[in-house]
Amino acid sequence: MTDKITRHVLAEFPYQRSPVERGYTNQTLYINVSDYTIAARPVTDFMKEKFIGGRGFDLWLLWNAVKDTTRWNDPENEVVISPGPCSGVTQYPGSGKSIVATISPTTHVVTDCNVGGHFGPQLKFAGWDALELQGIADRDVIVVIDGPAGKVTIEELPEAPTDTHLLGAWLTEALAETPEDRYVISTVTTGTGAEHTLIGCLNFSLFDRKRNDIRYKQAARGGPGTVFRHKRIKAVVVIGFPVKGTSVAPADPERLARVGAKMQREVHEYDPKQNRMRNRGTPYLVHIMNAYDLLPVHNFKFGAHPDHVKIMADVWEARFTQGLPDGCWYGCTLACAHAVDGFELRTGPYQGQRVIVDGPEYETVGALGSDCGIFDPDAILELNFYCDTYGIDTISFGNLTAFVMECYEAGILNLERTGGLDLHFGNAAAALELLHQMGRGEGFGLIAGQGVRRMKQIFAEEYGADPAFLWDIGVEVKGMEQSMYMSKESLAQQGGYALTNKGPQHDEAWLIFMDQVNNQIPTFEDKAEALHYFPMWRTWFGLCGFCKLLWNDVIPPSNKYSQEPAKIPEHVANYVEVFSAVTGREVTKEDLIRMSEAVYNFQRVFNWRLGGGSRKDDIPPYRAVGPVTKEEYESRQERYDKQLRELVGVDPTSLTTEEKMAALRQYREGRYQQLMDAVYKRRGWTPNALPTLEKLHELGIDLPEVVEVVKRYL
Amino acid sequence: MVRVNQRDELAWEPGLTVARLLERMNYIYPHMVVRVNGVVVEEEAYADYPIPDGAEVSVIHLIAGG
Repeated sequence: MTDKITRHVLAEFPYQRSPVERGYTNQTLYINVSDYTIAARPVTDFMKEKFIGGRGFDLWLLWNAVKDTTRWNDPENEVVISPGPCSGVTQYPGSGKSIVATISPTTHVVTDCNVGGHFGPQLKFAGWDALELQGIADRDVIVVIDGPAGKVTIEELPEAPTDTHLLGAWLTEALAETPEDRYVISTVTTGTGAEHTLIGCLNFSLFDRKRNDIRYKQAARGGPGTVFRHKRIKAVVVIGFPVKGTSVAPADPERLARVGAKMQREVHEYDPKQNRMRNRGTPYLVHIMNAYDLLPVHNFKFGAHPDHVKIMADVWEARFTQGLPDGCWYGCTLACAHAVDGFELRTGPYQGQRVIVDGPEYETVGALGSDCGIFDPDAILELNFYCDTYGIDTISFGNLTAFVMECYEAGILNLERTGGLDLHFGNAAAALELLHQMGRGEGFGLIAGQGVRRMKQIFAEEYGADPAFLWDIGVEVKGMEQSMYMSKESLAQQGGYALTNKGPQHDEAWLIFMDQVNNQIPTFEDKAEALHYFPMWRTWFGLCGFCKLLWNDVIPPSNKYSQEPAKIPEHVANYVEVFSAVTGREVTKEDLIRMSEAVYNFQRVFNWRLGGGSRKDDIPPYRAVGPVTKEEYESRQERYDKQLRELVGVDPTSLTTEEKMAALRQYREGRYQQLMDAVYKRRGWTPNALPTLEKLHELGIDLPEVVEVVKRYL
Repeated sequence: MVRVNQRDELAWEPGLTVARLLERMNYIYPHMVVRVNGVVVEEEAYADYPIPDGAEVSVIHLIAGG
């Protein structure tokens, strides 16, 4: 099929494929698109011991690539992709992830994303434990990693489209010599929206044999797609190999098979009785979150809405193609990555086309739906599709659209300032047009596409808006828009979002039910312990290439008798087995936490090195902590009045709403400060969120260059 | 009075069962561990399991997010 296109090869690097041994190929691929350098670099024992793989490798390689002063758009910034030693396993479900890291255009510190699709495993099978993309090309380029041919090329393909749903298909078709080749090709692409905004995502493809078509999973948080397109990279393609149970060459295949079979049986038996992820994926959460007042509505003002029934799981289950469990990697029986087939687009440049919409996931439904007051499933699907193909993060887009909608209703924005967009909550047509403007790079879309933090500044400086109000209602931390859970009534989750390394994404810690509902962590010390353990535990998935969902979205029956049910100890034990069986490195459950702790602390020091990472960077906006407006307070007045009486020690009966709000705010913000103190202490950090030298030494990451950064700030 | 999760107070009513308590608390998540005065109650027994006045009830939702 390659004769269909003209391939202008700008650089070629032949290589001897390094075989996979115990999950590793022991070399990484470095590509500089400025000067067309392509090189193989060794993976050292130190890297494997301390950084494990995945996010750990990403951080280590990025640390060594950049300077203290590097910004997201400097040539030395990299997009790094690493699968981790267990990625590519087919025996244990949820073992096919890639982890992406780069210096973010919105947070200016490192962002990391855990993404499905076939790219990471096939990158490994093609001979590489990680891929570094550095430099800025002088023209649009495509990188092709051809495992069977043993060569890496940087190419100019002038006919290539940009938007993902076109480009991914075009490349796959163009590079597949036979129909079967499509099964082993995976692409990383983005789209026109990533060129015009700071919230660009990357789409990782997988060839869906059942649909005989290509699908995509997104690495979206913090703008990696923006960095990718700024480098003028249109796509990275890997051509890999047919997948076998031995593709990762595990140290103990029988041990891996045993634990894998056990988990596969468990998913098969219990998912249908529990969350039914196999049928309806993550949108099962919509109804649950609404019932517990946790579903973001109208820019996180409220946690529930009567119209949520229009966008809850049953609606999506009816739309998802039935009878097709949708895994994003082979061997995953949970297979939750559902899609809507044959969706006819009603707007935009692809109007009238029938397309596959990957998702929507819960986060997307919350962001593009309830948070914007949009309860129309077709509109959510259309927004979802265009976000993906334009290369825009659905969470950030939904969050920032809700923000501008609130600004519009508050009079900060008007038709003149938005260029005619009537951005009232619920106006799906306006949201779609805003998205298309981002795709085209025009109008108000260019302003909105810079993200919530930058808009706060613009609206204050240019429109005279109250900066304090903007700070309160813009739900971002560090410059990253928060994902879709209400944290007002969970102090631990406020920390779970804001005391993070990369920004308010729930993949570090999701403690709302433990805290707000179960009351399992009532004291500051309890919360601090949870905000130590769970971020470390969840970090570990990203080191190894696992999906988090297999840990706690299916629960073994024995769990109810566990002393620590939130940790799902039986599944933790499974992961100890899988890691040991793949790598041959015998570990304990405590070792897993230590692995993460080293990487996590390294990442915090990295943030300091880049100018972030301190206590002030860990402060959430008040909308994430409590009621900003009278409307919010009065909508839950009984709850808040009760808290004033019982927790704050204030009698609300003689107070105005404004006075009650002020008293509650003082209480809640004070509690958050106390939480920060407790968490930093538990993590072994200073009160300003800096890892101590003792902590670095204890973790074995007291490298001279790391210590030098910390000493600057002690 | 019944205390739920060592914090929330719920007025006791004659014939109060686990199922009725979950309904009144609007606890709809499908996977929980319920203990009444420290005794684990199997899901099949929710409809009939009586909760005495003054009971300490623990309802642990086994959900840990996306």
